[in-house]
Amino acid sequence: MGLETMLLKPDRQVGIVGYGAYVPRYRLPAVAVDRMWAGGQGGTPVREKAVAGPDEDVVTISIEAARNALARAREVNPALIRAVWVGSESHPYAVKPTSTIVAEAVGATPYTQAGDWEFACKAGTEAFQAAIGFIGSGMARYALVVGADTAQARPGDDLEYTAGAGGAAFLLGPAEESLAVVEGSFSYVTDTPDFWRRAYQRYPSHGGRFTGQPAYFRHITAAAQGLLEALNRKPADYTYVVFHQPNVKFPQTAGKQLGFTPQQMAPGLLCDEIGNIYAGSSLIGLTAVLDVAAPGERVLLVSYGSGAGSDAISLQVTGAITERQGRAPKTRDYIARRVEIDYATYVRYSGKLVV
Amino acid sequence: MRDVAIIGIGQTEVGEHWEVSLRHLALRALQAAMQDAGVPQVDAIYVGNMLSGELTGQEHIGALVADFAGLRGVEAFKVEAACGSGAAALRIGYMAVASGLANIVAVVGVEKMTDALGPDVAYALALAADGEYEAAHGVTFVALNAMLMRRYMHEYGYRHQDFAILAVNAHRNGINNPYAMFRFPVTPERFAAAPMICDPINLLDSSPVCDGAAAVVLVPAEAAHAFAKVPVRIAASAVGTDTLAIHDRRDPLVLDGAVLSTRRAYEQAGVGPQDIDLFELHDAFSIMAVLSLEAAGFAERGRGLQLALEGEIAISGRIPIATMGGLKARGHPVGATGVYQVVEVVQQLRGQAGANQVPNARLGMAQNIGGSGATVITHILERMDHCG
Repeated sequence: MGLETMLLKPDRQVGIVGYGAYVPRYRLPAVAVDRMWAGGQGGTPVREKAVAGPDEDVVTISIEAARNALARAREVNPALIRAVWVGSESHPYAVKPTSTIVAEAVGATPYTQAGDWEFACKAGTEAFQAAIGFIGSGMARYALVVGADTAQARPGDDLEYTAGAGGAAFLLGPAEESLAVVEGSFSYVTDTPDFWRRAYQRYPSHGGRFTGQPAYFRHITAAAQGLLEALNRKPADYTYVVFHQPNVKFPQTAGKQLGFTPQQMAPGLLCDEIGNIYAGSSLIGLTAVLDVAAPGERVLLVSYGSGAGSDAISLQVTGAITERQGRAPKTRDYIARRVEIDYATYVRYSGKLVV
Repeated sequence: MRDVAIIGIGQTEVGEHWEVSLRHLALRALQAAMQDAGVPQVDAIYVGNMLSGELTGQEHIGALVADFAGLRGVEAFKVEAACGSGAAALRIGYMAVASGLANIVAVVGVEKMTDALGPDVAYALALAADGEYEAAHGVTFVALNAMLMRRYMHEYGYRHQDFAILAVNAHRNGINNPYAMFRFPVTPERFAAAPMICDPINLLDSSPVCDGAAAVVLVPAEAAHAFAKVPVRIAASAVGTDTLAIHDRRDPLVLDGAVLSTRRAYEQAGVGPQDIDLFELHDAFSIMAVLSLEAAGFAERGRGLQLALEGEIAISGRIPIATMGGLKARGHPVGATGVYQVVEVVQQLRGQAGANQVPNARLGMAQNIGGSGATVITHILERMDHCG
């Protein structure tokens, strides 16, 4: 069986009608974590990370991003949205959907699906792919998908340098209304326990070096290569590539292994400035790319979720993008809106200070 | 007592074998050794391993390996002596053949460390120290070695940077060993910049956590030429012990266990340090390499590092060490290490060490240390030239 038979492609062409991002304004420099836990001598995997304010969570972040997506798709009546799906590792409730709150806030209720998705850092692209199927089959005209997180990391853990906050939302719909058309997608999933958090645990555990080669790199490269082969494409066919970005080095290494250039990666590589926003990590990279993309250009998106799996999605930008880019704040606008905080403030804002 | 010879060797690459289990690692090494020896069956299998229970949740691995290798029914059990488990298993195999109780014996050293999380591995390794008087106080294994290294520097006036030569030498040799975990060079500058693990031990003073398996096949020396073109005789097999806790030792900078072990080995083989052509020592940390050189009589106390600094541990030096990378660069899958060392000495004596060949190597010594020096097992191997 050739890999082309593994290509995911709906009967009816689907695309992105609107997209939006949100990044909280607070930034914790990685050197602040390093000073606290490693004597300020170590290197850091990113420069700084975005931190949610004391009144922000995945619900508020998702709503902000979703409203931006709908602002870019202002021709669409939100009442026609047939699904609101939110992928996250930080849903505020264990039982009670984030997605119903988001659906209510954007005016998609009551004739809609709503559901929360979990697949570590690829919960967002998992929902994205399901929405492609939902629309591609003709069951729905529009679906809203969100990848957002206020990422958890145990104080002092390697993850604490990077675990950030933010989100990205996409209104998917018919290709003829889209600013970018989905050309096909490809998934690669195995049972690989590299990173996990059990019920009632506050912080995730991870397998150290096991999170690298057998986890991140294996799945990212398999999904990307599978999609390229199935579509008969090569890296040079893409203007942009966006990978899941748990740190700066991993996506750079994966891109190099696959044959992409630093120029193809740069516009979507935000980790150095906002950290790893888990389920929103690759998707917010895509919003930054769409902010600058021109009609006809191609984008390759490759997510990674621990546990583990990758979704690779190929997109081609349409002529509709030019007018819609300016209808909502750009991702870089949020990144530039920056208030630096110290470790103590971070501890307070992220609820780590229990008295 | 019969003379015993090694007629087959096998090893897996040392590294992070994420997709290979303990039993598969053991199987690969065992099959390679039996194929090298040209034997389809053995009388017994002795498996050297330290941490299968702690890290893999599996004890009783002697029968497991025998069954998995298609040798169900043969005598088989595990031998444990902390990081000295591999050489301890070889010693049991040697005794079985020497005594006449067995004719063909396979010895396998195997360790699977990377399936566990870092803190769990550190805890498991600390089981080699004195549980009530060292580990209970939170001292990890690297911390014990750090205290020895600090004391050595204090007593003899060395700088930490002087120890760079050990990593430089091991990595230079590891480059040419296809089974080594690290096949890149280390410069003194890179050593100086390496992250500190437990002051004064830095990353490049330390051997890595890794997986691997190695195996040898033993027969009576009188039968060896029927199997192997260049069989290797076990000229000595000796064990010395010391206190588990460093603070109980007569002198923490003298490895009494190693002194005893090597003295016994030299006596058995009728040789002295001046006769040894290469020495695979237990460089789990660079300080251990230095103390081993001194205990084995290659340098006066306090002069082991000086010997290294004078270039005498290189392939072309007076006493080449870590000729295939040592624990530092080949890697240190703890319970397998002692068998790797012996496999590498056999490669040298057979003339199969490639670019790292010690010229005209006839007599090689391997020394495997359990804990911080409480169990020291020394084997001296001798090339058996064809006797017509």
